[in-house]
Amino acid sequence: MGEAAVYPTGRNKCCTIFRFSFPAVLLTLVLLAVATRALHAQTDCLACHSDATLQDAAGHSVGVDGAKFSSSIHGSLQCNDCHADIKEYPHPDHVAPVVCSKCHADQQAGVAGSVHAKASEHPCTGCHGDAHSIFPKDDPRSAVYPLNVPKTCGACHGNDGLAKRHGLNNVYPVYMDSIHGFALSKEGLLVAANCQSCHGSHNILSHNNPLSTTYKTNVPRTCGTCHAKINDEYQTGVHGHAVAAGKLGAPVCSDCHTAHAILQPTEAAFRMQSTPICGNCHKDKFSTYRDTFHSQLGSLGGYVETARCWDCHGAHGILPASDPNSPVNKANLIKTCGQCHAGANASFVQYQPHANARDRKLNPALYFIRLFMNLLLASVLIFFMIHTILWVIRARYNQIKAKAAEGDKNA
Amino acid sequence: MPEIVAAADKPPIDGGARGRFFQRFTRQQRQMHAVLFSSFLGLAATGLPMRFSESYWAQKFAAGVGGFGAILFFHKFCAIVLTIAFLIHVKEVFQRGLLHREKGIFWGPTSMVANWKDAKDLFGHMRWFLGLGPKPKFDRYAYWEKFDYWAVFWGMIVIGFSGYAMWFAPFFARFLPGWALNAVLVIHSEEGLLAILFIFSIHFVNTHLRPDSFPMDMVVFTGVESEEEFKHKRPLEYARLQAAGKLESRLGEAPATWLVNFSRVVGFTAILIGLTLLVLTLSAYIRE
Repeated sequence: MGEAAVYPTGRNKCCTIFRFSFPAVLLTLVLLAVATRALHAQTDCLACHSDATLQDAAGHSVGVDGAKFSSSIHGSLQCNDCHADIKEYPHPDHVAPVVCSKCHADQQAGVAGSVHAKASEHPCTGCHGDAHSIFPKDDPRSAVYPLNVPKTCGACHGNDGLAKRHGLNNVYPVYMDSIHGFALSKEGLLVAANCQSCHGSHNILSHNNPLSTTYKTNVPRTCGTCHAKINDEYQTGVHGHAVAAGKLGAPVCSDCHTAHAILQPTEAAFRMQSTPICGNCHKDKFSTYRDTFHSQLGSLGGYVETARCWDCHGAHGILPASDPNSPVNKANLIKTCGQCHAGANASFVQYQPHANARDRKLNPALYFIRLFMNLLLASVLIFFMIHTILWVIRARYNQIKAKAAEGDKNA
Repeated sequence: MPEIVAAADKPPIDGGARGRFFQRFTRQQRQMHAVLFSSFLGLAATGLPMRFSESYWAQKFAAGVGGFGAILFFHKFCAIVLTIAFLIHVKEVFQRGLLHREKGIFWGPTSMVANWKDAKDLFGHMRWFLGLGPKPKFDRYAYWEKFDYWAVFWGMIVIGFSGYAMWFAPFFARFLPGWALNAVLVIHSEEGLLAILFIFSIHFVNTHLRPDSFPMDMVVFTGVESEEEFKHKRPLEYARLQAAGKLESRLGEAPATWLVNFSRVVGFTAILIGLTLLVLTLSAYIRE
């Protein structure tokens, strides 16, 4: 016994052994007295398992915090409700794994069909945490309490190694910096989208699976769970119609807002990165936009109020210009341009935000003005370039000659 | 100018031919040039990042000074300064030429208006470059100086008008068609680019970096040039003044050493900024 080393004197040793061993000895005596009696109460098991340092043959901790367990969601259960193969004491060294599906069959079925079916972690405790301290999901102590979900999922999905092995992005830090992550971690907003708000919990499917909440055509409905009005608008717009018609090239929420790194759209950071997102598909419009003052100033950052795509076209319920409800319909232009340009009139709104000075058919006046300016620029510069180079050479030549002549005179 | 520096150390005008300095530009004209080149550098330095806003240096520069708001503000500020300078100049020209009926403003050897001699000088000069004829004798303003002047004058009107049309677009839209609002950006940026490329390459070399003036023609800063330089660069004007007996009336004082040094610092800074912008412009233009 360790005590011997600590208390070397005989008298103390005797007392100490007695003091420390007494409960154990008593317990052993009691247990021996009842021999192989059946186990029923938690206290029966906790007699041994309350020792936090208790380990099984393989070195795994088998200690249980009785107080915490009794306050957990399973606190009213008996130990062998879950550890069903333990009927009596002493029990075998090896006990069967707990089968949660005995009660939680639906959840078990969900996980079995999900991306996590083959996870090396225990299908339940991997997310719900220590089996003896599982709390309801609205309890802040729960590993799946909304504010704790990102950390719980992030334990694996914030891990570069695991993410890389499965060809996934390391989404945890990206999410935490997003507007959802910020609302959740900084504001403690329980309704802010956490991982399972979009991905589901037990039956998480790959976004390639048409049944997944994150499958392209399902994304608007998934986001619409919270952003209902935006979803309604989206469904009325050209992108919503296209996706509904099975045109998967059209964008859904995540194509413009990204999936995890979602930013506050009115903030500078999103305004700065947004136009190229539309430009991914609308290449010609993006190219002509970049020729304009809106883009030229817009690219320089800082203060970012120059018009971006959706400032004129709308964002979610984008309509073709021919639609009378479109902000870029001829009838609405004065109002749309007038949002920024106070005093915009009928002539002002004839300005073409996507004019192409390189296209003679589309914008002939602009094309010829640009051509004239370019010819002027080229002819002036080429003429004077030649003129100046010849002049410099000639003047230098004369200088050297004059110096040589002067040198001759002096000699 | 080595000559000016050497002379500046000596006591001013002693009647000896080597030490004499002649006034070429008045104080107001020099001030006008200073305002012109500083506001132009400001406009170029803020205009180029807007024109080449996709380039790395433009975005870094913009971020460094506080984004496009700061750039646009400074661009407009310089534009107002330059506009005022231009209006003062125009007023001056009209006052002297029309109101006071001063001779030589609109016509003759001292005028900025091009004449037949300028055309002959251009061809004569080019022939001299190639060793095909004698060097033409220039008067008060040589043809390339007149070109510089009119290039700025034309540029002021074109760039200025298109710039203000963008600044006050809704107002200009009251009397301009819609497509003109598209055109003004093309005009503004192309003409601005021409001005920048011209000033930072051609004007710099023609006026300052060519062998006869290398490394800098100080006359626009000090207002005076040595008699030797005067005779060499503008023999006709010198001869004309001498014949009329008016040479003495143009005598000026040798520039103070501090003025020469100060002018050098200012001038070289301007040239350095200009050449930097030129390199950036060309690199961005080529990559475009």
